[in-house]
Amino acid sequence: MSKKAAEINEQIPWQELTTGCEIYEPGTSRLTMTGEWRSKIPVFHKEKCKQCLLCAPFCPDSSIPVKDGKREDFDYDHCKGCGICVTVCPFDAIEWKEVH
Amino acid sequence: MSIKDRLSGNEAIATAMRQINPDVFAMFPITPSTEIPQFYAQYVADGKVDTEFICVESEHSALSACAGAEAAGCRAVTATSSAGLSYMNEMLYVVASSRLPLVLAVSNRALTGPININHDYSDSMAERDSGFIQLYAENNQEAYDNYLQAHRIAEHPDVRLPLMVCEDGFITSHALENIELEEDEAVKDFVGEYHPENYLLKSENPLAVGPYGVSGYYMEARVAQAEAMKNAKRVILEVAADFEKRFGRHYEFFESYRMEDAELAIVLMGSSAGTAKVAVDELREEGVKAGLIKVRVFRPFPGEEIVEALKNCKAVAILDKSEGFSANGGPLFAETASAAINLEKRPKMIDIVYGLGGRDFTVGHAKRVFARLAKIVETGETGPIYSHMGQRDLRKEVQ
Repeated sequence: MSKKAAEINEQIPWQELTTGCEIYEPGTSRLTMTGEWRSKIPVFHKEKCKQCLLCAPFCPDSSIPVKDGKREDFDYDHCKGCGICVTVCPFDAIEWKEVH
Repeated sequence: MSIKDRLSGNEAIATAMRQINPDVFAMFPITPSTEIPQFYAQYVADGKVDTEFICVESEHSALSACAGAEAAGCRAVTATSSAGLSYMNEMLYVVASSRLPLVLAVSNRALTGPININHDYSDSMAERDSGFIQLYAENNQEAYDNYLQAHRIAEHPDVRLPLMVCEDGFITSHALENIELEEDEAVKDFVGEYHPENYLLKSENPLAVGPYGVSGYYMEARVAQAEAMKNAKRVILEVAADFEKRFGRHYEFFESYRMEDAELAIVLMGSSAGTAKVAVDELREEGVKAGLIKVRVFRPFPGEEIVEALKNCKAVAILDKSEGFSANGGPLFAETASAAINLEKRPKMIDIVYGLGGRDFTVGHAKRVFARLAKIVETGETGPIYSHMGQRDLRKEVQ
C-alpha cells in the first residue's frame, strides 16, 4: 500500500492506515499545523532587523524562511513559540508577546 | 537430499543463518546464545557469507542496529538470551510496531535472580506481549527447521512482524545431537530473497518509519498489528506445508503426541516434551490413556486449536517453565485455560511450575503429574490449581 500522507486522517478506519504507519513521501510536516501549540508569539520588526541571519539557523522548527539572503516573516503555522529567536537576536528585532 | 550431521542447537541455528546469508547481523554476546554469533563470525572470516557483521556495545544497540537495517530494506538478524533479551525490551516493541520483520534467535535462559545461566522461559515469556511471533523447539532439528521457516513467516506481506526462534538454553543450545540439514541451495530456494515494497534506501520514494501516533491513530495502528498477528496463524501453516513438501518434516502450531483417545494430558513446551513423551509411552504400556501437547507456536497463541485437541480429555496439566509471579499460575496455563473457558464441557485443568533455572525434569516427574491427573479424575477433586514441582520443600508435593 502506498497511501499519500494527505489521505491519512482521523476519520479513516485501521484497514486504510499504512503498515506500521509508514509515510511514503518527504516534507509531510507541511500538512500538520503545529503552531497552535504556541502560548507566546515572536513578532518580527523588519525596521530593526539588520539581516544578520542569526535567528534562522537557531530556529528548531525551520519557521523563519530565508529568501535571497534575507529573512522573511515567521511561518506561524509551524512556529511553536519556543522564543530562542528572541534570545539570539542582537538587535531587539523580535518582540516576545503573549498570545491572546 | 538431506545431509546427516551432528550439531548443537546454537550451531544448527548459525548454520541456518549461514545458508540464508542475511544482509546484516548485529551482535552482542550473552550466555548461552554467544555461540551463534561466534560461529557466524567464523563464516564471515571464511568468506562463506557476505553479511555485514556488526559488533555493537549492547543488546539494545544490537536490536536497534537490526531495526535500522531492516527499515533500510535489509534482512537483519541477531541472537540473545536472558538479560540481553530484557535489555532489548524497548526495541522489541519499536520493531514490532514498526512492522520490521527481523528474526531474533533466543537461547532461553532464566532471568535474574538469583543470577543463573540455565534454562527456563522467563526471558521470552516476559516478552510475550511485545508483538514478536514466538516459535519454540524441542530439539536441535526443530530449532533449525523453525529458523528456516522464520523469515518467510515474518516477511509475508499479510504479517510483517518480527519473530523469535527460541531454543532451550544449554539443553538444546549446547547439546550435540544428530540432525538432518538441507542443501544450501534448497534452503535459499525455500526461504527466497527479501524484497520489501518500501524501504529507506529506495531513493525514488522516500520513507518515514516509526512516526508519532497521537490518540487519533494509536488504536488503529494497534488493531492493525493485532490483525497481522492473527494473519500469522494462516501463514505459519502455509509455510509449514511448503516446508513439509520440500523437506518432509511436518510442523503445526503444536505437536499432539498420542492424543487421539487421551483422557489425561500434559501441555508443555520445548525439550521437556522429549522427557514427558517417554512417560506417556510407559504409561500407555500400563493401559493409562496418557497424551501430550507440545506447544511450538506461543505467539500467535493457537487457543482454539489446542482446546479442540484437549476437549475430550478428563484432566489436563499445563506445565509452565517460567514463574510469572501472578499468584495464579504461569503464562502457558493462563493462555490455555482462558482459551477453554467457553467450552460446554471442559477438562479439569491444573498448572504446575517446574524446571526453573535449569532444575531437572525427569520421566519420574512427568509420571507424578499423570498420577495427579488420574487422582483428579478418580476423586473429582481438582485440588490446588497452581503449584510447583521439583523444589526442595518442607511441605509434601501436591499429589
